[in-house]
Amino acid sequence: MIKYVWKGVKGMKSERIAAIVGAAESELGHLPGRNVLQLQAQAAKRALDDAGFTKDDVDALFTTASWGHFPQLMLGEYLGITPKYTGGTNIGGSSFESHVAHALVGIQAGLFDVALITYGSTNRTSGNRPSAAGLTLSYEEPFGIPSPVGHYAMAAQRHMYEYGTTSEQLAEIAVATRKWAALNEKAFKREPVTIEDVLNSPMIAEPLHLLDCCLITDGGGALVVASAEAAARAKKRPVWILGHAETQTHNTVTHMPDLTVTGAKDTGRRAMEMAGITHDEIDVVQVYDSFTITVLLTLESLGFCKPGEGGDFVSGQRTAPGGEFPLNTSGGGLSYCHPGMFGIFLLIEAVRQLRGECGERQVKDAKISLVNGTGGTLSSTSTVILGRD
Amino acid sequence: MQGQIPKPLIDSDSQPFWEGVREGKLLLQKCGDCERYIFYPRIICPHCFSEHMTWEETSGKGKIHSYTVIHKAPPAFKGEVPYVVGVIDLDEGVRMLSRIIGDRNDLSIDQPVSVVYEKIDDDLTLPYFKVTGA
Repeated sequence: MIKYVWKGVKGMKSERIAAIVGAAESELGHLPGRNVLQLQAQAAKRALDDAGFTKDDVDALFTTASWGHFPQLMLGEYLGITPKYTGGTNIGGSSFESHVAHALVGIQAGLFDVALITYGSTNRTSGNRPSAAGLTLSYEEPFGIPSPVGHYAMAAQRHMYEYGTTSEQLAEIAVATRKWAALNEKAFKREPVTIEDVLNSPMIAEPLHLLDCCLITDGGGALVVASAEAAARAKKRPVWILGHAETQTHNTVTHMPDLTVTGAKDTGRRAMEMAGITHDEIDVVQVYDSFTITVLLTLESLGFCKPGEGGDFVSGQRTAPGGEFPLNTSGGGLSYCHPGMFGIFLLIEAVRQLRGECGERQVKDAKISLVNGTGGTLSSTSTVILGRD
Repeated sequence: MQGQIPKPLIDSDSQPFWEGVREGKLLLQKCGDCERYIFYPRIICPHCFSEHMTWEETSGKGKIHSYTVIHKAPPAFKGEVPYVVGVIDLDEGVRMLSRIIGDRNDLSIDQPVSVVYEKIDDDLTLPYFKVTGA
C-alpha cells in the first residue's frame, strides 16, 4: 500500500490511510410509518451518492442497533450488500466513532477498500427502549433510576459539589446549541431559548431540566470510509482520519472511576497524539451532547480547560455562533436530532464543516475537527480527529 | 397498573446478596487473596482475578457520594416521584447505588447514611439508605 505523508497543516504527522468520502442523513424528526431499515437505506444511498460511489463499491459493512438481534445480517440483506468484512461494535452512542476507526484499521490491514457505516432508529415513534432488568443491571434498575438521565444527573450534582458549577452554566450550553440549530434547516428545534427558559423547563432528574436533555427523534445516518486509493476516485475531496482512540471505563455508574471525568481524558490525548496535533490547531469541535453536563465534562476531559473550569469555559455563549469556540455546529443532540445514538451525526457534521458545506453555520476555514462520542452512562468514549488537505 | 418494578436477577453470583437483604443483612464479597471488598458480587475478583471470593456481613454504613431527585420516573416508579436515588460510598470501600429516604431538602453530598431494609412485596426486599444523625 502506498503511504502518504501528511503535509496539510503544521505539526500534523499522521499518514493518509483512509478518509471519509461520503456523509448523509436520512429523513429526520418525527417519522411515523418509517422503519429502521428504510432510514438506513435512505442514508446509505445518499452517502454513497455524496461519495460518487455505488453499492458495488462497498466491501465492508458496519452498523449497530438497539432494535434487534443480528442488525448487520438484517441490514446487509435489506441493502443487498455481501461484505468482505462486517463490523458492529456496540458501546452506545460512541459506536460510530469506533466504526470509523475500525474501518481505518481494516483498510490499513489491507482487508477492504470501502466501508459503509450506517445507523437508523425510530425511537420517537416506537419508543424503542429496553426494559427488563438483567445481570449486573440488577443493582440499579430496581431502585428506580431512570437511565441514562439519572446517571448523568448524579455526575452533574457531583461536579456542582466539587467545583461550584451552576445550572445557569449548564444552560449556556443548551442556549448556544440552539443558536447553531437555528442555522440548520434540518434541525428539529430551531426557535431560540434563553437561560431562563432552560431553568424554567420541567425538572427531570435534579439538577437536569428538560432542556438540559437531548431530543428523542427518529432518523438515520451513513458514512462512507475509503482507502487513500479509493478516495482518489471520490467525487468530493477527502476528509482524512488523522487520529483515533477509544476506551470504556464502566457500565454501572458505581464503577465510574470519577463521576466528573470521562474516558475522553484518555482517548482525546491518544487521538491527538496519533494525529500529531495540539488543542490550538483544532478549528471545530463536535462532542456528544446527550445532556448539557456531558458537554461540560467532555470539554474538561479532553483538556480544552482544566477540571472544574468547564462552567466558566462555556459561559458568555463562547460556544455559540460567532463565539471563540465553535461547538456542535449542527445543533447537536440537544436541538438537531437524537435518534438514540447520536455519534454518527457528529461525524456527518464534522465532514460537512471540513468540506465547507455548512452555509450560514460554516466555521471559516475549518481544517481540523475533533469528534468525541460518549456512550452508555458516560461509559465509553471514542475520539476521532479529522482533517482536510 | 403502572408496570412491575424490575426484579433483580437471582443467580449464583447474586443469590447470597439478595438472601442477605431479605434477612436484614448487608453482605459483601471480599477477596480471599487481595482482601479487598467488591460490589457487585462476582465469581472472580476484578482486582486480582482470584477465585477465592468470600462473603462478609458489613456495617451498612457509608456516605453519600452523589444523588439526584427524580421527577420523571421509569413507568413502574411513576407514583413515587419525587424520590431520591444516590450512590453511596460504603465504609468497606465499595460504591452502591440505592434509594435515599428521608427529607430530601436536608440532603447533601458526604452526609453519613446507613442501610435500611425496604420490603417492596412478598418476593422483594431492597436495601435503601437513610441519613444518620451527626
